Amino acid sequence: MAQAFTKAMARNIFYGGTVFFFLLFLALTFQTHSAWPDRDNRQAINDTVALGKKVWEDNDCIGCHTLLGEGAYFAPELGNVYKRFGSTDAIKAFISSRPKEGIPGRRSMPQFNLSDEELTAIAEFLKYVSGINTANWPPTNQG
Amino acid sequence: MKYESQKVAKLYFTAAIGLFVGQILFGLILGAQYVMGDFLFPEIPFNVARMVHTNLLIVWLLFGFMGAAYYLVPEEAETELFAPWLAKLMFWIFLAAGAATILGYLLVPYATLAELTMNDLLPTMGREFLEQPTITKIGIVIVALAFLFNIGMTILKGRKTVVNLVLLMGLTGLAVFFLFSFFNPVNLVMDKYYWWWVVHLWVEGVWELILGAILAFILIKTTGVDREVIEKWLYIIIAMTLITGIVGTGHHYYWIGTPEFWQWWGSIFSAMEPIPFFMMTVYAFNMVNKRRRNHPNKAAVLWALGTAVMAFLGAGVWGFLHTLAPVNYYTHGTQITAAHGHMAFYGAYVMIVLAMISYSMPMMRGREACNSARAQSMEMWSFWLMTISIVFITLFLTGAGILQVYLQRFSDNPMPFMVVQDKIALFYWLREITGFVFLLGLGLYIASFFVGKNEPEATVELAK
Repeated sequence: MAQAFTKAMARNIFYGGTVFFFLLFLALTFQTHSAWPDRDNRQAINDTVALGKKVWEDNDCIGCHTLLGEGAYFAPELGNVYKRFGSTDAIKAFISSRPKEGIPGRRSMPQFNLSDEELTAIAEFLKYVSGINTANWPPTNQG
Repeated sequence: MKYESQKVAKLYFTAAIGLFVGQILFGLILGAQYVMGDFLFPEIPFNVARMVHTNLLIVWLLFGFMGAAYYLVPEEAETELFAPWLAKLMFWIFLAAGAATILGYLLVPYATLAELTMNDLLPTMGREFLEQPTITKIGIVIVALAFLFNIGMTILKGRKTVVNLVLLMGLTGLAVFFLFSFFNPVNLVMDKYYWWWVVHLWVEGVWELILGAILAFILIKTTGVDREVIEKWLYIIIAMTLITGIVGTGHHYYWIGTPEFWQWWGSIFSAMEPIPFFMMTVYAFNMVNKRRRNHPNKAAVLWALGTAVMAFLGAGVWGFLHTLAPVNYYTHGTQITAAHGHMAFYGAYVMIVLAMISYSMPMMRGREACNSARAQSMEMWSFWLMTISIVFITLFLTGAGILQVYLQRFSDNPMPFMVVQDKIALFYWLREITGFVFLLGLGLYIASFFVGKNEPEATVELAK
């Protein structure tokens, strides 16, 4: 770097740039918050969905699946599983029918022994997620 | 080594390397499960192995950062560490908490762990990378505060250098942004939005300050280039990091229920995120070329140059590959992401910690400046084995990712996820085999600590 460019200038760019762009980030965050009510499907959130999110977290579903593209890449995307399966009943049937000892040679979801209430809750949670406006992602129904 | 208290770093580095081995072993289990779906099922399901793999990585890197800080802060501040006993105490607390958490993952079902640790009181578990029980998270905050206090007091009572200041800012940012891990609203979109304030603002924000500070320290020590020059580079690199990286968080806000304007902000700013990494590569090579002396620790210099190159490739190039919104629309949440993650973490953070260990460990083990030529040669073999392995792992995962995107999302007849996984299994096999080469490299790395112990230190002439 040229001698005309001093350490003090570099330092000022660092502090000034960081503060400026962090404030910009906060402004965009504020803007995001005001856009959410129309996008995040909050009207669908109720006690069942809240329990469903707890079931989702307590069993670390994100450790194999993606949800809106985030998570592990070992098992299918579930943000749109409600649309792919067509009903909450199909989701419940799939989860409750997983064999305890797995499937020889293949990936298999563990049997989590969920109660009826928990099964309904996780399915309702996934239904709520499918109603989030994701800017048309994923590109296909396959996730 | 100028100050006796720097030696606490040895504990931290030893633990870091031990946990690194665990991380890789679980990585191999995961890789095997990708191609043999029932491997270790149901004893160690994939999600459990994965949280062990990722959490061990995070914990050992934190051990590495803390060790690096305990070593370099007193030397930069020209004073003994404020409270070495506190550093030792926190080490054992952190190690015990980490071990208990990992054992918890492995010994009981995750839902039971959540129940045992009373997750319902303050639910924070079950989110990617933040799987730790809430009690562990609180422990991490306590350890971080004690650590920052210790480091901060040392800096306050001693010489203030730019390296110390930048390191302290990075470490403080690490602690502050971790607090967002306690925010877990039922609203999934909001949950995800602030989850990135931990994950992205860590690895593409404040951690890069830590990386920059450690690299600057090693370059000052090994090249003898004027501190003023290196500090100027450091400031401009971290300036570019945060100028691009903060708003660059937007590249995670394309498809998770956040408004569409993020596709512009995220694409433009994250497209510039490779700039600071490129500058870092130019700077590292420049400093080494302009060196005023030849440091006999060739291995440390190799790691330092390696981290600059691999961080640019992994974080910069492989990040850019899928960061533009129209591309990310197809690649989001595929093996492309996994490919980027592996090389970026290895290049930026694994290698900088290993560089610091390579530089400092010989002196903490009683050497003047470096290990014997034989030990260094073995260490450099391990460098190449691990680095080339990670390059190939990244290439294989990229191949898998391109096919996955095409078959599942782009072709005229998109196929289901599991069907696609079967079709790309060849790439997973190649990745797994390469993983064993990585393990071999890691084995050599550890062996390098035990060879040539009775041989004299390498000298500049001998090492040439």
